[in-house]
Amino acid sequence: MSSGAEILRVEGLSKSFFGVEVLHQVSFALHQGETIGLVGENGSGKSTMMNILGGIHKADAGSITLAGEAYVPGGPRDAQAAGLAFIHQELNLFENLSIEENVFVSGFPRRWGRLPLIDRGRISERTRQLLDMVDVRYPPNTLVGRLSQGERQLVEIAKALSVDARIILFDEPTTSLTRRETAKLFEIMERLRVQGIAVIYVSHILGDVLRVCDGVQVLRDGHLVGGGTRDEMTIESLISMMVGRQIENLFPERDTKPSVAPALTVEGVTQPGVVKDVSFILHESEVLGLAGLMGAGRSELARILFGLDPFEAGSISVHGEVLETVTPETCMARGMAFLTEDRRGEGLLMEASIIDNAGLPSLQSYANERTGWIDRTKLAADVADVSRRLQVNTTDYGSMLVKNLSGGNQQKVVIGKWLLRHPKVFLLDEPTRGIDVGAKYEIYKIVNDLVAEGAAILFISSEMEELIGMCDRILVMNRGEITGIHHRHEFDNEKILETAMRTSLDDFERSH
Amino acid sequence: MLRAREASGKPASASAAGARHLVERLILSEYLVFYLTLIYFVAVLPIVPEIASPRSIYNMLTDMLPLLVVAIGQTFVLIVAGIDLSVTSIIAMASVVGASVMTSDGGYLGDTWLAVPVGVLTFLVVGGLVGWFNGWSCTRLGMPPIIVTLVGLMFLSGLAIWYTTGHSETSSIAGLPRSFVAIGQGSAYGIPHSLWVALAVGITAHLLLSRTVFGRWLYAIGINRKAAEVSGVPVKTAILWAFVISGVCAAIASILYTGRLETGTPVLGERILLDIIAAVVIGGTSLAGGKGKIVWTVGGVLFLVVIDTSLKLLGMSLFVVLGAKGAVILFAAIIDSTRQRILMRH
Repeated sequence: MSSGAEILRVEGLSKSFFGVEVLHQVSFALHQGETIGLVGENGSGKSTMMNILGGIHKADAGSITLAGEAYVPGGPRDAQAAGLAFIHQELNLFENLSIEENVFVSGFPRRWGRLPLIDRGRISERTRQLLDMVDVRYPPNTLVGRLSQGERQLVEIAKALSVDARIILFDEPTTSLTRRETAKLFEIMERLRVQGIAVIYVSHILGDVLRVCDGVQVLRDGHLVGGGTRDEMTIESLISMMVGRQIENLFPERDTKPSVAPALTVEGVTQPGVVKDVSFILHESEVLGLAGLMGAGRSELARILFGLDPFEAGSISVHGEVLETVTPETCMARGMAFLTEDRRGEGLLMEASIIDNAGLPSLQSYANERTGWIDRTKLAADVADVSRRLQVNTTDYGSMLVKNLSGGNQQKVVIGKWLLRHPKVFLLDEPTRGIDVGAKYEIYKIVNDLVAEGAAILFISSEMEELIGMCDRILVMNRGEITGIHHRHEFDNEKILETAMRTSLDDFERSH
Repeated sequence: MLRAREASGKPASASAAGARHLVERLILSEYLVFYLTLIYFVAVLPIVPEIASPRSIYNMLTDMLPLLVVAIGQTFVLIVAGIDLSVTSIIAMASVVGASVMTSDGGYLGDTWLAVPVGVLTFLVVGGLVGWFNGWSCTRLGMPPIIVTLVGLMFLSGLAIWYTTGHSETSSIAGLPRSFVAIGQGSAYGIPHSLWVALAVGITAHLLLSRTVFGRWLYAIGINRKAAEVSGVPVKTAILWAFVISGVCAAIASILYTGRLETGTPVLGERILLDIIAAVVIGGTSLAGGKGKIVWTVGGVLFLVVIDTSLKLLGMSLFVVLGAKGAVILFAAIIDSTRQRILMRH
């Protein structure tokens, strides 16, 4: 595939959020009619890169040149005006509007110059042409709500073409598409290439990346660690670049061994469209990892196990006893605890103090049995205890609002609120997301302490090193199913990543 | 920051800075509404000196009691980010049903010794049932509280009138036992019985909210319902009980109003719905949930009653009173949003 003139050049781009560097000196170039893949683990900086190009974030340092001119977008509108279209993972279409209205929503052509009357005829005509280009056979006035995910993706592309995009950014475009829709998307992308449109393609599905991209760039921890043309790359080489660094002593030693006594037994848990026939046993004093890509159903499974979401079939037992009804209350009564991945939305009362937050799940144990009157002195003392143990960075437990704490300290408060209940089975969903290395280490130590006391931990994480460093066994989930299990002595980043990604790759190979 | 500004100011402006500091502290106080009431009271004193007479003060304090009791119930619902618009129709419905039990003009238990105890119980049961139904519709059917209770308001208002026509030739039910009437209007040693009722409700509500598990749950639900759910709080049950409490408080207010009027009437409380909600919100309880105190509600009710009384003493007609009241409430709301801005800055 011969490439045309250089259209985009990124030079030394850096970006930090709250003092944490997420992109470090990233440089690459993109040519007309070229498709490059951007791959990396979750949190490696791909999304930030795309968001900077799309005008959503501003870079701290470095420069971007677009067709020979400096490009400093002030917002998504600037990006669009410069001919850069960003197609997000969650599509941004209005389901209650028609295709044509969606395509033109940011600037309807008017009748007679400036009158605020939409020129319906013109937008229908133009939309029809655009839909032809992406092979969508619907009248332009069809409501987007009636289209499938794949068709919506194509409408997004039509929308990009409507503003004469020169570069299209795709963020995980195939996660919600069927195989046929994916093949269709690739066909359209091939046409874009012929028209000279450049594409940046972000995906976890490495087989797809190698198929559609001319070149691949690999990001790890905000650094561009490697890249090359399609022919130089294999899935294995990409994975080892993505996982990369040797890690030593990032994880505290744990000298306890898992017991043989089951703490949590999950049998055939199924909820259509979410998880399918999930069975496993989590033992006392064991850390069981749950690996998988985003959307593989890990968090959904944890929510089901804690009674937050329903399930149709299967059973959940704690310490050998089947839970007849599964609600947070019944789970907590059996000693379960659940650390949500959504700290802000579900983990904390942002507008409340540490005591109010940490005390919430265990209020009843501080209440007088007859009157319901809370023993506030004892509660405050226990919260202070657990906060000190977790090294929460404040001593104002009673009046400072948790929204004023840093992310790591907030996470410690969420953990603290469950520690007050002395959990026997602890479901941790991304316990270290968005916190710095030091706080991570402290959280790992807390996990080890719990395990030493006999607690069983289900550890969900998107960071492979973390799972390998912390877990006794790792389950791999893919599309709602458990697709593999790895034991500590045979842990291997690449193998686990392969199990997590394999199915979609196999699907792809089978369909071609 | 404030200190730095004072230090850099010229000596001449020191007293101005001091005054500014005082105003800011006043505005930031969580008992702002009490200060506003006091300031308003002092401001109208030269115009209507009668307002400070012992009789007028006594009247104001007794007038506010039933309003306070309903407002206390409303506070519970607002804390869980709900709203209960049906309270005034609960007052009306409980009034006529309770009266139909007790009246000597052919009441179900008229002229028996059971009349008053069963009558009072009837009030409470009517309030509790309506509150339960409201809460059930909001939690089990997932309907928005504003719709559920608005429908309740309309439906019960009609039902109360229909019920009255079935029990009385006139538009109200009179002939209530003397001992019942005494709850609303009687007093001993100059202290009205209704004060003891309101005090009991207020103290119970305050302790319930500030000291018990149930109370902490309500605040947690109001701040972040999802987080409360994840923390094992029985969210639906707690919300249901908040509505039941609101219904029962409205019923207690109905007992006081009905006793005062000596008749059960289906238009009782018709005009006070917005007063109730305004009083609670002016006190400082948030319509968005998660924030509220009984003491604040007491302040809000006091504020409204003082305004009402002063305007009536001025001899204004009803529509002027309404307009003026709106203006004063608006002013209080502006001060409150100013205070939120200052709080954000700190």
